[in-house]
Order: sequence, then C-alpha cells, then structure tokens
Amino acid sequence: MNKIPDNLKYTESHEWVRIEENGTITIGITDHAQEELGDLVYVELPKIGQQLNLDEVVGVVESVKAAEDLYSPLAGEVIDFNAELEDAPELLNNDPYGSGWLFKLKLAENSHLENLLGADEYAKFIAKDK
Amino acid sequence: MGKRTPLYNKHLVQKAKMVDFGGWDMPLHYGSQMNEHHQVRRDAGVFDVSHMTIIDLTGQRVREFLRYLLANDVERLKKTGKALYSCMLNDQGGVLDDLIVYFQDEHQFRMVVNAATRDKDIAWITKQAKPFAVQVRERDDFAMLAVQGSQVRKKLEPLLPANLSASVMALAPFYATWHDDEFFIARTGYTGEEGFEIILPAQDAPNWWDALLAAGIAPIGLGARDTLRLEAGMNLYGADMDENYSPLESGLAWTVAFKPADRVFIGRSALETQRNRGNHSILVGLVLPVKGILRGHQTVSFEGGGVGQITSGTFSPTLGGSIAFARLPAGEYKQVTVTIRNKPLLAKVVTPPFVRHGKTCISFLTDN
Repeated sequence: MNKIPDNLKYTESHEWVRIEENGTITIGITDHAQEELGDLVYVELPKIGQQLNLDEVVGVVESVKAAEDLYSPLAGEVIDFNAELEDAPELLNNDPYGSGWLFKLKLAENSHLENLLGADEYAKFIAKDK
Repeated sequence: MGKRTPLYNKHLVQKAKMVDFGGWDMPLHYGSQMNEHHQVRRDAGVFDVSHMTIIDLTGQRVREFLRYLLANDVERLKKTGKALYSCMLNDQGGVLDDLIVYFQDEHQFRMVVNAATRDKDIAWITKQAKPFAVQVRERDDFAMLAVQGSQVRKKLEPLLPANLSASVMALAPFYATWHDDEFFIARTGYTGEEGFEIILPAQDAPNWWDALLAAGIAPIGLGARDTLRLEAGMNLYGADMDENYSPLESGLAWTVAFKPADRVFIGRSALETQRNRGNHSILVGLVLPVKGILRGHQTVSFEGGGVGQITSGTFSPTLGGSIAFARLPAGEYKQVTVTIRNKPLLAKVVTPPFVRHGKTCISFLTDN
C-alpha cells in the first residue's frame, strides 16, 4: 500500500505539494510514482529563478527502465531545488516525501492551487488507475 | 490476460511486478531492478524464461536443413551437445530472429527462439522444413530457467540430478548435456556472467524454482535481464535488429558463415551483395561521459552531417553511467552527439561488450 500523507496536496501526474508555513511550496513525486518508476537513476530539475507555468514540463525523472516528464503542478518562481538528487537519485525511492523532495516555488498570483487533489481524492485516482 | 508460464504463481508469491512481454505476463522485477542486476553480477540469480520458444527438429536431413535455414553454419557443430548462436534470415537478408541451436544427434537438433516472434518463426521454419522432410515440434510442454551469476556454479551443483551432476560441472561454454526429456542443461546465457539454461518438464518447474531460491539463487526479472544483456554487449531482437536490417548492419557479421562459399543459405545472396557494395549501416556501442540516460529512438548526429538512432539504451548499474547501442551510417566514429530533450550531449563510441564477468571493458573517459 502506497503512503499518501493527509497533510499534502496531489496531482494526477503524481506530484505532491506541501504548503509551508511561510507560504512557499515544496514539490516532489509520490510514493506511488516512485514505485511505478522503479530504481531512479537520474533527475533533471528546474533552476533557481526559473518561472514555471502550470502543467509545464520542467524536468525529468529517469529510472533504469523509463523516463518520465516532470510537470509543474503550480505556477510560480523556483526558489530552491534539491541538489543532493544529482548524486543520490535513490533518495526519491527511499524517502519520496522527505529527503527526496524536488524543488520549491514562490507562488505566482494565479497559481491554480485550487486544482490540486486532496489525499482521499488522490487515493481514489490511483486506485482507479490500476 | 496474457499467457502464463508454469511459474506465474511463484512470481506472485515473490511479489513480482508483472508486465506484458510479447503476450506473456512476466515479472519485470521483484522489488528492485537495480539490486537484481547486482545480484547476478556479484552472486547468483534465476530468470523464468519459459516464455521463450523451444523447437525440436528431427529427421534424416536435419543438419542439411539447418545449413540452409541459418546464416551461421551448423557444420561447426561436430561434438554432441555443442550450441551455436545464429540469425535466421529472410530472402532479403533481414533478420527474422536470432536463436541458439543445439546439436543433440544427427537426427535431432534443438532450437530456442524468441517469444515475441513465435508464430512467425514456427510458420517460416515449418514451411522451409517441408522439402527436407524435417519434423518441427514446438515443446510447449517444457519450462525454461536461466541461472546466472558469478557464484552460480557452487550454488547449483548440490541441486543437480545425480546422473548429470558430473557432466554439467564439466560442460565447456556453449555446450549442453541432458537426460531424455527430463532435464536439459546448457552452459549458455544472456548476462555476460557464468551460468546455465535449464529446460525441464513444465510440471517440474515450480519445485525447481523453490529449490533454487532456497539455495540462495535469487529471482531476477526481465528489467535486470535487459540491463545485464546490454552491458554484456548482446543484441535484443526487435530493438537492435529486425527484418529491416541484416546481421552486417546489426553488429552480427561474426555470426554469418560465408565460408564455405558453396553453402546455400536463405539470405546469402542479399548479404553478399550488401557486403560487396559496403556502405551499409553499422551498430556501435556508446557511453555517455556526462549525466543523462541514453534511450532507444534518440537521434544521433555527427560531424559531416547525417543521422543515426539509438536502438537500445539504459543506465548501466555496473558502470554507474549510461550505455547504448546505436545504428549509424557506414563510417568510422570516435564520438557522436545525442540530443536528449533538445540538449546536445557528446557520447563516446566504443566496441561492446561494456561488462563481462563482472569486469568493466570500456572507459567513459574521452581519449584526448
């Protein structure tokens, strides 16, 4: 059974979103996504200062067997990315909601936060997907 | 629902992630493709390869038939049990399939062909066999296991049937031994490691599987099978070659026996024309000295214009970087450019294998 923490928001492209106390946003891929992909070996992330549009392809995560595009679930400016993943992409498998986070955003005015799924909705979505 | 091997339920017990492969429900991995890859290089693993097609060919003229059917020459098989890797070609010299054929006796040869090409192969072989009065019998009553890995000999030995144990341990590479239809074992494989392939009655397979696992030979999925074979520099049918390309264009010229010159085989005249004309495409190995993953279908470009394509690419768990096969126009290459998501990256051209018997055979560093 995949972990789907209640305190996070989710997308149908299997990203998770955490709204931090200071209003910034942290983004990663879900436990379900890392399990489907298998052993991750390469990650390409957006750069600090990059302006991301909603649903834009902003990077890639690659496992031994496949490459998956990474979408920005929200619009905003990149304020940080997880540089550790360059040499340790396995963090995405081992700790997808913790040390395997991908990048942080400062939200744009119209960030489309309301489009995200709650934990229950995401759980239903992946159950249907199977 | 796809076809199931006799070990389907065993895969579920091992919590395999099952995928469709050529119409079969097969295990992709049992948790971690990467760990399974290392398990074979460093220790020992077992693959269920029962989806592969086993064909017994029998008749007075079976050797003569195979000398006509295959691009490699079974005349090379003099000793009982000797195996030969070959392509089977169409009249245009395109590769219908790649296979292994075993010489059992003058009236019986056993052949193992790919799963995804089964129907096409059986139809072709049956048609070609008619004039030679050779019987073609698919052995779907068998299962097939590949046990591979640096430590496999000592783990397998105690499990072998008493009447075959000594002869199995004495097998030279690319030889097989057997006892009737009960047990057929060959020192062959698709990983670049020491290992054996075992053909046995389907109903015996589950008990064998349990015994192998109990002996510390871990289950390995098709995912690791692919990274192991690519590291070992072995082609995958349907990716690195198919009916549109000849063995000469697929890095398999070494499997074509042009001598003796008077042996007629299917595709020979097309291959000779191609060889004499030269200027045909070639298959090369690539390594990527920077981060990124080479994948099939990525475009390859090089100085002087022209393009090629990656046929198989992956992350190499043993080397910790990306490796690939690419088909390029005739020429000599030191490095090429692979464009990954609009980013041009330099890749070094190398001669496979990349890894054999756990040892690295190539360098990721560029030579200047």
